[in-house]
Amino acid sequence: MSLGKTEVEYISRLAQIEVREDDVDGVAAKLSNILDLFTQMEAADTQGIEPMAHPLDAVQRFRADVVTEVDQHEKLQAIAPSAAQAHYLVPQVIE
Amino acid sequence: MHNLTIKQMSEKLHSGEITSVQLTQHYLDRISQYDADLNAFVTVTPELAISMAEAADQKLAAGDAELLTGIPVAHKDIFCTDGVKTSCGSKMLDNFIAPYDAHVVTLMNKIGMPILGKTNMDEFAMGSSSESSYYGPTKNPWDHKAVPGGSSGGSAAVIAAGLAPLATGTDTGGSVRQPASFCGITGIKPTYGAVSRFGIIAYASSFDQAGPMTRSAEDSAWMLNAMAGFDERDSTSLNREKTDYTAELGQSLKGLKVGVPAEYFGAGLDPEVEVVIKTAISEVEKLGGEVVEVHLPNKDLAVPAYYVLAPAEASANLSRYDGVRFGYRCDQPTGLEDLYKRSRSEGFGEEVKRRIMVGAYALSAGYYDAYYLKAQKLRRMVRDDFTKAFESCDVIMGPVAPTSAFNIGEKSDDQVSMYLADLYTIPVNLAGLPALSVPAGFANNRPVGLHIVGPYFSEAKLLNIGHQFQQVTDWHKHMPAQYQ
Repeated sequence: MSLGKTEVEYISRLAQIEVREDDVDGVAAKLSNILDLFTQMEAADTQGIEPMAHPLDAVQRFRADVVTEVDQHEKLQAIAPSAAQAHYLVPQVIE
Repeated sequence: MHNLTIKQMSEKLHSGEITSVQLTQHYLDRISQYDADLNAFVTVTPELAISMAEAADQKLAAGDAELLTGIPVAHKDIFCTDGVKTSCGSKMLDNFIAPYDAHVVTLMNKIGMPILGKTNMDEFAMGSSSESSYYGPTKNPWDHKAVPGGSSGGSAAVIAAGLAPLATGTDTGGSVRQPASFCGITGIKPTYGAVSRFGIIAYASSFDQAGPMTRSAEDSAWMLNAMAGFDERDSTSLNREKTDYTAELGQSLKGLKVGVPAEYFGAGLDPEVEVVIKTAISEVEKLGGEVVEVHLPNKDLAVPAYYVLAPAEASANLSRYDGVRFGYRCDQPTGLEDLYKRSRSEGFGEEVKRRIMVGAYALSAGYYDAYYLKAQKLRRMVRDDFTKAFESCDVIMGPVAPTSAFNIGEKSDDQVSMYLADLYTIPVNLAGLPALSVPAGFANNRPVGLHIVGPYFSEAKLLNIGHQFQQVTDWHKHMPAQYQ
């Protein structure tokens, strides 16, 4: 399977990863190689096979609906690129 | 001191013949002597190590010590360590000082195991050579031209070079076992859910599993006792009774049914590796094992299925790196989307970006059924192959990897050939089974590991098989000449 510029731009948007104009061909070629590997799956007959999400077919555990986390925003925000007054700061989005 | 087994070290610590401070300093000295060249550590933590060793000595003096108290450990840089940089081999987390400990780290800290530092790895554990680290490749102690394997290549290298007696690793598609094989050490990937994933930076959550990396199987058994156990903070942690992984050490292998899949010895397997593996299996036969032929007919579907599922999970897990709450942020973003996109593009390396993009594509509208759902069905078929094989054998033996360590740079431009080299380890992760790699000889002058795969929760049995093998072989005692 060979990806073109349109697909690479679409994937770049989905993944929120920039692909520079002069990298598009290289990225397309490498992603296409990986997608070629995926085509090997087509030969397998999977009729009637249930998809498997967990090796031991376990299900999510429930716990009591009580607060378990303590407030430690100061510690957690100390490593933020930009924070003030218990908020994370990002570029302005509303004029 | 670095040639002792963990049990011997522990006896010396308990008898007072050595102190934890002396033992820890010995390893710190070796790290300063050798690591500049090896590049196995991202961060060395001498002050933390010595202060933890002092506390361990107090525990030992007070008679409040366990077997591993005072024995230092190196953690793969994927385990969060409170107050210590946890980079996951990425520029994205180069400035990340973890605000809490991974569960495994908490358990080992509680026992009193001094932290020597954090080991190098493929970026976000995505790789089989440790070359994709932001901090440069780690060298294989056996041959500096060779890769140590990956993603836990730093941990494997520190054990092989005697820079730490114990190291933690994680295994998503073979990342404990393949570097263990390439560096001539012992490593086990436990049953999925046996060791808590809490505080381990996520790559592909339905596969990620932490395990010990050590010189011998006996050392691994002691270390797994410290690492494993139920943790309510990990939603996939298994709530089972506490296991003693050393319980079966010493049992005879008489009557052990060893499944050998014919499919494992086909084209692509290096002939020298094949000789090593077959010789090792005949050694197990001498110990009382009986070889039976088994079949894993869907083994070739495992690699493509894994490279759909793992990147799909990665694309979701790594969406948290957006330049907002922690990690790398680009300079002067012009808007929110520019902040996200540029922070991710500048902070992630090429292989990580590639896997995120592949994963996002596999999950996208129109492709979900063809890729993701299909791969999940193949995952069940691969698991069912193992279930069927274990009806006629106790364990499965074969190679860990088709070759011994390859050269640095040899495969870094050809992702697909690097992916395909994981063909023996990946099926085990798809099935969530435990598997061990033990040193079994050399091919092309580089170490080779024997792969021993067992049914769910058979870790104690696997470790005993490794231990019995190591009673009659000495491959695990070999050390590269310059590090002896």
